[in-house]
Amino acid sequence: MSLLEVRGVMVRFGGVMAIGGVDLDVQAGEVTGLIGPNGAGKTTLFNVISGMQEPTAGSVHVSGVDVTNEAPHRRAKRGLARTFQRLELFSSLTVRDNVRVAAELAALTNIDETVDNLLEKVGVSDLAEKTAGDLPTGSARLVEIARALATGPRLLLLDEPASGLDEAESDRLGILLHELTADGLGVLLVEHDMSLVMHVCDRIFVLDLGFIIANGTPHEIQHDPKVLHAYLGAPS
Amino acid sequence: MQELLTFTIIGLSTGAIYAVVASGLVVTYTTSGIFNLAHGATGMLAAFTYWQLRFDWDLPAPVALFVTLFILCPLFGILTERFVMRGLQGTSEVVKLSVTVALFAFMIGAANWIWPSDSGRQAFLKFFEGNTVSIGGINVSWHKLITFGCAILVAIVLRLLLFRTRMGVAMRAVVDDRALTELNGGRPDRVAMFAWAISAMLAGLAGILLAGEQQLNIEPLVLLVINAYAAAIIGRLTSLPMTFAGAAVLGLLDAYYLQFSDDSWFPQSIMGFGISGIRASIPTIVLFIALLARPQSRLRAGVVRFREQNKVPTWSTSIMGAVGLIATTVAISGMLTRSNTLLLLNGFTFAIVALSLVPLTGYAGQMSLAPLTFAGLGAIAMSKLPGDGNLLTLIAAVVIVALVGALVALPAIRLSGIYLALSTAAFAVLVTKLIFNQKQTFMSGNISVPVLDIPFIEINTPRGRLILASFAFSFLGLGVVAVRRSRLGRRLIALKDSPAAAATLGMSLTRTKLAAFAISAGIASCAGALAGDKVSPQQYDFTQSLPVVLLAVVGGVGSVGGALFGGLLLGGNSVLATVVPTLKNVAKILPGTIGVTLGRNPSGAAAQIGDAFRTLLNRWGLLAFSAGGAFLIWVLDAQYIISHWAFFIGGIFWILAVTPNLVAIVDGTSRRRYLAGAFLSIGVVVSLSIDWDNAVDSTGKRLIALILIIAFFGVGTQRLAEESPRLHRASPDAVGLTADFTDEELDHAERELGVVL
Repeated sequence: MSLLEVRGVMVRFGGVMAIGGVDLDVQAGEVTGLIGPNGAGKTTLFNVISGMQEPTAGSVHVSGVDVTNEAPHRRAKRGLARTFQRLELFSSLTVRDNVRVAAELAALTNIDETVDNLLEKVGVSDLAEKTAGDLPTGSARLVEIARALATGPRLLLLDEPASGLDEAESDRLGILLHELTADGLGVLLVEHDMSLVMHVCDRIFVLDLGFIIANGTPHEIQHDPKVLHAYLGAPS
Repeated sequence: MQELLTFTIIGLSTGAIYAVVASGLVVTYTTSGIFNLAHGATGMLAAFTYWQLRFDWDLPAPVALFVTLFILCPLFGILTERFVMRGLQGTSEVVKLSVTVALFAFMIGAANWIWPSDSGRQAFLKFFEGNTVSIGGINVSWHKLITFGCAILVAIVLRLLLFRTRMGVAMRAVVDDRALTELNGGRPDRVAMFAWAISAMLAGLAGILLAGEQQLNIEPLVLLVINAYAAAIIGRLTSLPMTFAGAAVLGLLDAYYLQFSDDSWFPQSIMGFGISGIRASIPTIVLFIALLARPQSRLRAGVVRFREQNKVPTWSTSIMGAVGLIATTVAISGMLTRSNTLLLLNGFTFAIVALSLVPLTGYAGQMSLAPLTFAGLGAIAMSKLPGDGNLLTLIAAVVIVALVGALVALPAIRLSGIYLALSTAAFAVLVTKLIFNQKQTFMSGNISVPVLDIPFIEINTPRGRLILASFAFSFLGLGVVAVRRSRLGRRLIALKDSPAAAATLGMSLTRTKLAAFAISAGIASCAGALAGDKVSPQQYDFTQSLPVVLLAVVGGVGSVGGALFGGLLLGGNSVLATVVPTLKNVAKILPGTIGVTLGRNPSGAAAQIGDAFRTLLNRWGLLAFSAGGAFLIWVLDAQYIISHWAFFIGGIFWILAVTPNLVAIVDGTSRRRYLAGAFLSIGVVVSLSIDWDNAVDSTGKRLIALILIIAFFGVGTQRLAEESPRLHRASPDAVGLTADFTDEELDHAERELGVVL
């Protein structure tokens, strides 16, 4: 049984087909990549999985439980956490309180310790008392990851976590992802930074115009003519 | 049958007026995203202006109409957009709504000032008064036919305008995507200006038509807007045809109710409650249903960015503030006369109501337009519950009202932003009409709320009640601070800052909103339950809630200090008229005037004064100037050039209004700072030169005048000295472009670009 099973998910906005029947799996302990050109439907799919967007058809299962009709906060209790492409930090709270809110919602016992550890883990300890709204994008993305981790998730959805990160931060993110999956966490990663994707992912799904056009190991994807066509528009 | 036809015609004609008003609301909401609560007031002012031209100055009707509708109304709309609404981009829904509330208060004040109610006033005549035409055996006045004609004409013109003209196409483009329109060379500001001009014309037309039917009175004309809300919400604030249909339905419902309510089968009361208030509540009920029928507002990421900032209050400051407030009140109260004590008490009551908005609006970002309604319910509970006002009665009253608050929020919880605010307004109007106006609740017009009965302490003098009120505010204020510092407080902020993130982290938005509403209702109920006097339903009317909301936001709804400031300001304002009779009329427009400038400073006045002091601490030159000025005022006093009272008031003015503004004036770059400096100097001269000993005859009035002078000149200067903050609507901050580059980012960019920056 996969940690996350997406089956036949379809989303229409009025007459526009955003996603046209997507199947996707994420295994525990693996980083699964989801790539595709802009407008392919990646964020919409994230919204369906996290419960912010009701699918027109299809189902979403987390650890074998059907969560298709559950509210976002119920899914969070089942171990689902996400970050946002356009940052969604609680901008008037401090960095520490951002992570703290999440830890409190997960009803952890040793909240202060957990928060400190997470800030340390993503490398933003020195920013703990800053107001989140004042952070540069790179740090803000790291804080979002720490906040998502504070809910103690089993499945983490990351929406372009490396955009706005410098090279060093991006490298550290790669290392962090390895550590997390080593602990058994499943990660679904949307990212445009191909070197990061090819480096950290165990399996990659390619989404184009609402359909999965390929899936496989990084090596297979890099040599798939359909993928090249979708990205470059070259005749296959 | 014939009767039915009559009422159908009456209903449709009323509906036609609603349609014209509602289409104006839709036009501005879609182009600028601002829901104009003052829309009805605009129509009211236009009707009065038309009356002035047509009936008082005897201009011919076409000329009066042309001047009112085609010159003054568009001009008013353009000025409103340019100088009030444009500054609001990038602020929260709460601030946007408050500014339209301010405009509302300003216009009512202005109308009261210019056209004081006067029974000898010339009558407002219908168009072609006395002429009727027979349709199917029924006499219909020309005025009604003209009303129909206007509605149809408005529908056709709007349709042509939106679909056939360049400006119309631009308007629709702005609706779709403001930022994109701007990037493509469109000019959203001009489009918005045009929309506000049209909207003001539509409001004016409806106001004039309605005044012909119902005579010239401020209140019905202003509340016309409630009917328009209902129609506009049926049109989902975007669809004009649906809006017109909704307006027709409302008009018909009203007319048919009028027809059938006299029939014998029609119930006159339900379970002993008279339902005569129903007719006036029909639009509100329709509004409520239309709001609830809306689909659940979807969670969306990346919608709101706030400019408001408030720091976490520390315990030491909060406790010092609370003790200071009680001590000051105890000290001052000894010097006050009985009537002044009651006035200050009134200020504290408003402050407690404003405080109830801090957790709800300031922290959780949920707008309520009904805070006084909960105070009214608190007063009723306190007087009806057994125990004759002991502490248990108070606690029971608070708990009951808090539960009611949560219950009201329950259906409304699916809504957000403007829809939620409107549903609280609908609730307030319903409670006013159906509960406060009942014989069972307010017998003979008022009820007497028992004074809080505390063991060993006798509180029956006004002074005792004043001290109790300051104690209650401090206690509740500390409670609000405790909430802010708790888990719940962080969740409330999370709800405001990003509902999407909060939900995906596992927070139930519904439970958090319910908690916010319950806490808020509980706090507001104290303001009523501690009244300790006779109260009347008018005190808790919906229209009374609006100024409270407004001044809470002006004072700074994100902090306890802001609530106190706003409440005292409102309490003080009603007294300005008695302090300085010549300023009686200024007092009417003062809250509105302060409020319309909110766009420049969404955090509120209290937060801004605090910030200004913090900046000043590092500037020795300015500190020296400030100290020197204070010394000079003392010298003037010591040399008997000014009186002791002028010294006291001038000194406090210098510390609280002049000093915090020094930095902005000295550091300012634009010419506005000279204006600000001049304005502030006038304030200093006024505070020093008024003959406080003789012209103002009591300490209480002097204190209130002091607060007002500080608010008017101090806050006014801040607004003048500041550059108006203009956010870029293409929102580069959302993608992080506004953040400064870090050294690493610069290094990285240099490496990638192969150049040295």
